[in-house]
Formats: sequence, structure tokens, C-alpha cells
Amino acid sequence: MHYSALSLVKQALTGNRGWTRAWRNPEPRKQYDVIIIGGGGHGLATAYYLAKLHGITNVAVLEKGYIGGGNTGRNTTIVRSNYMLNANSQFYEHSMKLWEGLSQDLNYNVMFSQRGVLNLFHTDAQRDAAARRGNAMRLNGVDAVMHDLDGVRKLMPHLDFSKNTRFPILGGLAQPRGGTARHDAVAWGYARGADRLGVDIIQKCEVTAIKRDGDKVLGVETSRGFIGAGQVGVAVAGNSSRLFDMVGMKLPIESHVLQAFVTEGIKPLVDTVCTFGAGHFYISQSDKGGLVFGGDIDGWNTYAQRGNLPTFNHVVAGGVTMMPCLARLRVLRQWGGVMDMSMDGTPIIGKTPINNLYLNGGWCYGGFKATPASGWVFAHTIAHDKPHKLNADFTLERFREGGMLDEKGVGASPKSH
Amino acid sequence: MLRIECPWCGVRNEDEFSYGGDATVERPADDASQDDWYHYAYTRDNPAGPHREYWHHVNGCRAWIVVERDTVTHEVFSTAPASPNLPAGNREG
Repeated sequence: MHYSALSLVKQALTGNRGWTRAWRNPEPRKQYDVIIIGGGGHGLATAYYLAKLHGITNVAVLEKGYIGGGNTGRNTTIVRSNYMLNANSQFYEHSMKLWEGLSQDLNYNVMFSQRGVLNLFHTDAQRDAAARRGNAMRLNGVDAVMHDLDGVRKLMPHLDFSKNTRFPILGGLAQPRGGTARHDAVAWGYARGADRLGVDIIQKCEVTAIKRDGDKVLGVETSRGFIGAGQVGVAVAGNSSRLFDMVGMKLPIESHVLQAFVTEGIKPLVDTVCTFGAGHFYISQSDKGGLVFGGDIDGWNTYAQRGNLPTFNHVVAGGVTMMPCLARLRVLRQWGGVMDMSMDGTPIIGKTPINNLYLNGGWCYGGFKATPASGWVFAHTIAHDKPHKLNADFTLERFREGGMLDEKGVGASPKSH
Repeated sequence: MLRIECPWCGVRNEDEFSYGGDATVERPADDASQDDWYHYAYTRDNPAGPHREYWHHVNGCRAWIVVERDTVTHEVFSTAPASPNLPAGNREG
């Protein structure tokens, strides 16, 4: 069913009894051309673009739980493309452009809101780094604006602007086209779009083994039986290592938990996404009014989708330093998602040493904003059996060959990215 | 909050420690193959379950220790000095 003002009126007049399921709930077939493991935003976007752009519709997305129940439903919904390295900048800007047309493309409101992203700086050195980043962004065709103190005051009037604070704010680098989107709607919109093109979305179907004949994957053993596949794409960030353990491969990834928090709902206070430069803290306000915020990962290997108190204290300390009025609010909810922390802080999207097995992982905590481009390039990679130029640098081999994309410049230390 | 038993200082809160990563990774010989060096520098087992890992008691006695911990339940099974060259701890804090 196509969603439109007309369909709304028609349903309103007929008691809303005619709405149909947004996607089917099919039984798995015995064989598919392509199986995507992982029904998060990335996996669903991959299936959607495989069907839409490459004409490959005999596709299944296998999800062990329910779609969008992993990191797609656990992030802080921020969308931005303010990267400095060329490969990252161009990839994330492609994603931004897809975001800008996504609701229309999917005929599903993903509530993409370009309210801007503002990164504060507090020292001369940080100001130089921000200017350098902003210039790099503009050279890649990405929007970037340097704000002095007055500019920051206009965007975020409630910050601590006093000169006596430990880290006085000097200004900020903004990306006005950045913003937020409704995370669940992204999964649902891609699921509906893929389903309408013939893709089977199979939930509660956990992959337990990958069946191989030498360098070729034949299919996957699942909690709902064996399913054969011509090609298999893995998009299970957080659990990529566990999937590749099934084929005896070690990845340059550690799994860590990242927490997020939301306060009670309040009237509009934070009009943009804002990040603290003297600690790791980012905040935005949801459409329901809650302030959504987060900071560092907990910093040690874990597969538990829950966070711990020391990191909460650390994050909140940064938040209250930046914006003291936050101290009066109550935190309603806290949750955690398991991140693939890669060794250079950049994702891995491409081929693997096994011929028809493809990897999309290592998202660290930047996966949500990448969802459209991630699916777009992964679909291209699977359809053509080679990467698109936008993900040509995101290979698994880059670690072996010295082609790291270390945006933060901290080396092979997953907890530091 | 993890509670980690330092062999010298006793049971302490997680925030006295800094994480050092997988303790099963061994540095290859200087003339080892590029493949060995690649795995040493970059790849990790990253298991869901028991994991041997380094922790640095940086805000305590500053010794490195090896902790065996479950990455799903967070249960700490054992702790020991990271190097056999260190004197045995008395585990009294």
C-alpha cells in the first residue's frame, strides 16, 4: 500500500480498517540468490538497494531477533558527514545525500531533521584542528561553518560560556545539513521498501553455522533449518567476529558496549546536535522532548547490551560541565549496544578471502548515519562482486597492506576510536 | 561496575584500572612472517564468553595484571600478575 495524503484520508473515513502489513512474514525458501545476515538498518538497506538498483530480488534478510532490535534501535540517531579523510568524507557525504531524499525514496517518513551538528572547541589547537577539518570538508563538497563565540551562543544559548570554567568555549565547527532521524523508521522503511520489491524478511531466524565447500559458501544453517545461497553478506556489526568465527577467520575487531541515555521530556531546549570538545559528550533533543545523549564506550570487551556506572558518571560529568542546566533533569532510560570497534576506527565493507562471502562491519559507533550509503555500496559490492569506488578503501586487506583510515589518529587501539 | 581483585591491593572498583586488551596475543619473533605480524597487531579472537585480558591498576599499585572474565556475564573468574617476574601478591588491600 502506497502511503499518501489520499490514503490517510481514505483510511480515516473508513475507520482505519484497511491498513495492511508493512512487510510480509514469509517462511524461508530453500535457496536464495543472496542472503543478508542481519536485519538491522544496514542489512535491510542492502536488500533494498540490491532489489531496487541491481534487479536482484531473490534475496532473504535473516534476523535472529526482530528487525531494528540491535544497534539500529540503540543509537542516538545522529546523522552527519563531517569527516576529514577523503575516503570517509566522500562515503559519508554520499550517505547524507541519500538521507536527504530517503523519505521520498522509501515512501516512508524517516523523520530526517537537518537541525545541524555543532562541535565545540575550547583551545587554540582545537580551533586549528576544527578549521582544518572544516576546510577538508569543504574541499570535498561538504558544508562546514566555523562559528566564533557569538555564533555558538545563537545556536546553543544554554551552554556554560563563563570565562572561569575549566575549558572555556572558544567557538564551534558546524555542519548545518547534519541532524537526526527516527532510527526505528529507518529500519521499517527499508524493510517495507525491500519487501515490496520481493525480498523475504525472515525474523527470529538465527544463523548457527555457515556451510562451505572450500572457498565457496553454500548457505547457512539457521534455527529454522538450512537455507542455500549463491552469495552471503554479513551485516551484523557488534557480532561480526562471532559470524566470521564460523568460517575460522579472525577479524581486526573488538566488541565493546556503547551506552546512550535519555532524560524526561521537556520543552524545546536543544535545537541542534551539540558535542563537547573537552570531553566526549554529545546531545540532541528528540521530538518527544527527551534529551538524548551519550559519550565514550565503556572501554573493555563485552557482548552484554548494557552499560556500567563509571562510564555513565563520566558522560554526565562532561554534559553538566558543558551545559550546567542539565543537572536539574532526571534520566529516564539508559541502554547499551554492542559495537564492532575496528582497529582503525573505520568500517570494513567488502569482499573476504572466501569468494562469495562479504563483510559489512567494524562500524565503531558511527553506523547509524552511514545506513543508506552502507547498504548502497554493499549492494553494489555483492551485485558486481567488487567494491564501488566509495568503499574501495574500506577493505579488510587495508590492515595487512598499511592502508589504515585512522580518522582520529590513535593507532590500532579499538577502545580509543 | 566491575570489581577486580588486584593480586596486591585486593578487590577494587573498575575505575581504578585501565584496560589493556586481549592477553592471549603473543609478540612474534623479529623475523616472523608478515602474516604473523598482521595477526599480532590487528586481529583478535573477540570471543563471547571467557576472555583473558590485561588490566593496568593505573590508579592503584600501577601493576599490570591478567584477568579472566566472561564477556557476556562480566563475571571475573581469576586474576594474576601479568608477569611471572613480579613478586607474588598477598591480596590484602
